[in-house]
Amino acid sequence: MSKYIVMHNSADCIGCKACEVQCRSLHNGGPGAFFCRVLSVEQTEPKPALGFVYTSCFHCENPWCVKACPTGAMRRRDDGIVYVETSACVGCKACITACPWAAPQWNAQTGKVDKCDLCRDRIDQGLKPACVTTCAMSCLQFSTPDAASQERRQEFAGQMLRNRPAAR
Amino acid sequence: MGSMQLVQSVCGMCTARCPISVEVKDGSVGMIYGNPHSPLKGALCARGVAGKALERESECPQSPLIRVGERGEGKWKKVSWEEAFDYVAQKIAAVQQQHGREAVLWSDRDGPFTDLYRAFMRGIGSPNVCTHSTSCDLNTHHASKAVMGLGRGMAVNDFANCKHIVLQTRNIFEAINLGEARTVMQALRKGCKLTVIDIRHNVSASKANDFLLVRPGTDYAFNLGIINTLITRKLYNKDYVDAHTTGFAELAEFVAPYTAEWAAEQCQVDAQAIVRLAQSLAAAAPHVIWHPGWMTSRYGDSFQVARTALVITALLGGVGVKGGIVPGRTPKECGKAGLKKFTDLFPAPKGFRADSLGVDNKAFDPGKGLLHKAFEAISNPPQGAAPVKAYMCWRHDPLQGYPDPDALRKRFGGLDLLVSVTFSWSDTAWYSDVVLPLSTYLSRESIIATKNGLKPQFFVRNRVIPPRYDTKADWEIIGGLAKRLGLDPLVFESAEDVWRFQLEGTGLTSADFTEKGFVSLTSEPLYVDLASYSFPTASGKVELTSEGYGKGCGENMLPPYTPPVAPPEGAYRITFGRVAVHTQGHTINNPLLLEQVPENTVWINSKKAKAAGINPGDRVRVRDAAGNAMGEAGVKITSAIHPEAIFVVHGFGHDLPCESRAINQGISDSKCLRGGLGMQDMGGGGLAMQEHFVTLEKVAGSGAA
Repeated sequence: MSKYIVMHNSADCIGCKACEVQCRSLHNGGPGAFFCRVLSVEQTEPKPALGFVYTSCFHCENPWCVKACPTGAMRRRDDGIVYVETSACVGCKACITACPWAAPQWNAQTGKVDKCDLCRDRIDQGLKPACVTTCAMSCLQFSTPDAASQERRQEFAGQMLRNRPAAR
Repeated sequence: MGSMQLVQSVCGMCTARCPISVEVKDGSVGMIYGNPHSPLKGALCARGVAGKALERESECPQSPLIRVGERGEGKWKKVSWEEAFDYVAQKIAAVQQQHGREAVLWSDRDGPFTDLYRAFMRGIGSPNVCTHSTSCDLNTHHASKAVMGLGRGMAVNDFANCKHIVLQTRNIFEAINLGEARTVMQALRKGCKLTVIDIRHNVSASKANDFLLVRPGTDYAFNLGIINTLITRKLYNKDYVDAHTTGFAELAEFVAPYTAEWAAEQCQVDAQAIVRLAQSLAAAAPHVIWHPGWMTSRYGDSFQVARTALVITALLGGVGVKGGIVPGRTPKECGKAGLKKFTDLFPAPKGFRADSLGVDNKAFDPGKGLLHKAFEAISNPPQGAAPVKAYMCWRHDPLQGYPDPDALRKRFGGLDLLVSVTFSWSDTAWYSDVVLPLSTYLSRESIIATKNGLKPQFFVRNRVIPPRYDTKADWEIIGGLAKRLGLDPLVFESAEDVWRFQLEGTGLTSADFTEKGFVSLTSEPLYVDLASYSFPTASGKVELTSEGYGKGCGENMLPPYTPPVAPPEGAYRITFGRVAVHTQGHTINNPLLLEQVPENTVWINSKKAKAAGINPGDRVRVRDAAGNAMGEAGVKITSAIHPEAIFVVHGFGHDLPCESRAINQGISDSKCLRGGLGMQDMGGGGLAMQEHFVTLEKVAGSGAA
C-alpha cells in the first residue's frame, strides 16, 4: 500500500527553492535533473498574482513507470515508495514517457534515470524527506493520506468559523 | 558508512546568521538544515542549504596571497601566514608612523561578531572603523535613532503579535531573514493583514491583502499623505500621542498641505486606497508595524521615508507596544551578566575621523561611520584628519556593493596598502595588495555573540569541519596581526581560550553551547512597560519631529516633499533588489544557486517594452548614462512594474577570470551608478543608489525572429 503523501500548502509557499536546493545538494541527479521542483504561476490581469506549486513524484499505487520499465530497474517498495535501482537502468527513458507528469529525471552524465525516493534512507531512520525538513516556511508536510485529509479539513473548519459573521 | 555527527552552528550565507544543524559524515558535510532547537525547527533557506557547495568550492583564495603585478591584474605570490602577517603588520606600522595612527581604515558588514575587530582597531589607535551601512541600512538605522533613540538592531518588529504589517521597500519574502519571514507568515496565518507598497509586484506583494504599485521615488509623499489622513480624520491614537510623544503640533502643521488626494497624485495611486489603508491601520492599532525598511540606500529622501514609517507607527500607538515596534532587551534586563568585551581592553581612540563624524555631525552613529566619506579621505582628508593610507577590508566587497566601482578604484589608487580578508573571491579581493583567506563559515569558529531583542541569548558558531585550504578563522587572523603590532591581549592560542575570556563572569562555559548552539537568557519575551520606560531620545519620548537628532546632525527633519526626476526620454530608472536564492555578489558563483538563478533578468513594463520593440525571449544590454554597456540579460516583460523603472537582482555582472561560473552572467547594477559615491541622503547618511538612469539596447539576433 502506498503509505505516504507530501502535502504542499501553496498559500504559505514563497517559492524560495530551499526544497529543490536541498534535494540537489543530497541527490545529484545530474545537470538540470530536479527530483522535486517548485513552479511559479503568474498572472497580471485583472490584477497581479503569483503562486507556487510543488511537484515531485506521487508514488502511485499503480505506477505507470514501473509497468513501463523493461529491466525491472523501476521498483516499488511495500510501503509504496517508487525508486530506481540504478544498476539495472539501461537509460531507455520509457518511464519518463509513461509517467503522466514525467516525474523520473534523466541524468545526462550517467545515462540513467533517477527520481525522488522520498529520501527512503531518511524515512527508514524515522526522519522526514529532506525537502520537507528544510522547507523554509514549513509549507511542505510529510504525512499519510488520511492524516493529511483530516488536517486540511480541520484547517478549513477553522477558516469557516473565523470568516463567519458574528452571531446575531 | 562512518558514524554521523551533528554540529550546531551558525549559517554564514547571508547576514541573518540563522542557527543551523550540520551533519558530518566521514569528515565531510552531509545535510545542512535549520537548528531544531530554535524557532526554525529544521527550516532553512536555499542559500543556507547551498553552504554545502561552498565547502566544495575550489575557486576561492586558498592561501595568503601578495600581489606581484599591478592592482587588479591577478598576479599573485603565494606566501605563508607568517610572511603575510609580517608584511601587513610592517605596512600598517609604516603608514601609521608616516601619516598618523588614524591613517588606517577598516570596513566590514557589521553584525554580531565584530567585538574582536573593533578591539583591534582600538588597539592600533585608529577611530576609522566603518561598516557597509551607507550602502545598506544606514537611513533606517538613523531614522530609528531619530524617532525612538534606538538603533535599528535594538528596535524589534514584534510581528508575532501584529495585526497589520505594511511593507515599503522591504521585500520580506525574498530578501529573507528566515526567522523573521516565518514569523510574518505565521502572523498572516492568524489573520494579520499585510499591505505592500512597492514599484513592482514581488513575492511579498503576492502574499499581501493589498498591493499598491507606486511611482518610484514617491514613498515619502505616500507617507505624508497617510500622516495627514490619520491626523485630519482623527484616526491616530490621541492618548498615546499625548503621553509618549513630542512634536505633534508641529508635525500636524507641516503635513497639512499633504492630503491623501495630493499624495495619490504624486504616487499615481487611488486616493481612496490611501484613506482605506489609514482606516484599516487605525482599526488594527496599536498592533501595527509600518516597516521602516532594511536596505534603504535608495532615494535622496529615503531617510525621511523610514522616519515617517516610524512616525506613522507611533501615531497609531504602536511604538513600544506589544505587536508593534518595541525596544530590544539586553542580558542586563534578563538579570544576567553580559559577555566580557575585547573592546574594553583598549581606550577609544580620540583622533579625528576620516569621515568627519563627531565634529559637525553629532547625531550620526560613529559605530557605522560613513564609508564613502572615508574613501574620499584617501586623497582629500577633512581638515585636521590624517589621510587614509591603509585599508583593511574585512569580509566586505565595496567594489561590488558601492556605486561606481571605476571611481572607487581610482580612489584606492592613493592607498599604500589594501588588504582583503575574505572566504571567496570578490572584486575588492582581486584588487587588493594582500589577500588573507578566511576559512569558510563551516570551517571556522566565531567569537560568542549576544543577540539582543525580546528574548536575548548568547550564541556561537562552532567549527563543523577543518578547513580544506590554508585559511584561518577571524580570531587567528586578528591574533596573528595583533602579535606583531604589540597587542598581546588579542592573541589567543585556541577558540576555547577566546570563549573563556568572553564568558568570564557569566557563569557559563563553552560546553553550555554544545547541545543547542545558543544559551537563552530568558524563557519569556521581555516587553518594556511604557508607563515607566524612557526612550533613549533627547526628550525621553518618541520624537515625531526628531528634534534631538535633527539638532545633532544640523538637518531639517521636516523637509518639504520634492518629486523625483522623471527619466530622460528613452531611459529608465535602474532599481535593484534581492531574490531568495542569492545574497548579493557572493553566491553567484555557487553552482547550486547559480543553476537556480543564473542571471539577473531585466524587469520592464510591458507598454514600455512594446514601444521599444522588446519582446519576450529577447536579450538586452544595459547602458549607463554615459553609454557604456554593463552586461546583458534576458527580459521579464510585465505590467507589474512601474513604467519609469527597470529592475534587476543585485550582485551579477562579475568579470573576474577566477570565477568561471559567475563570469559574464547578467548585469552589474553597481557599475551603472556613475557618480553615485557622492550622492548622499543628508538626513540619514545613506547613498541614493536608485537615482540613476540607464538605457536598454536589444541584443541583435536574440529572441524570436
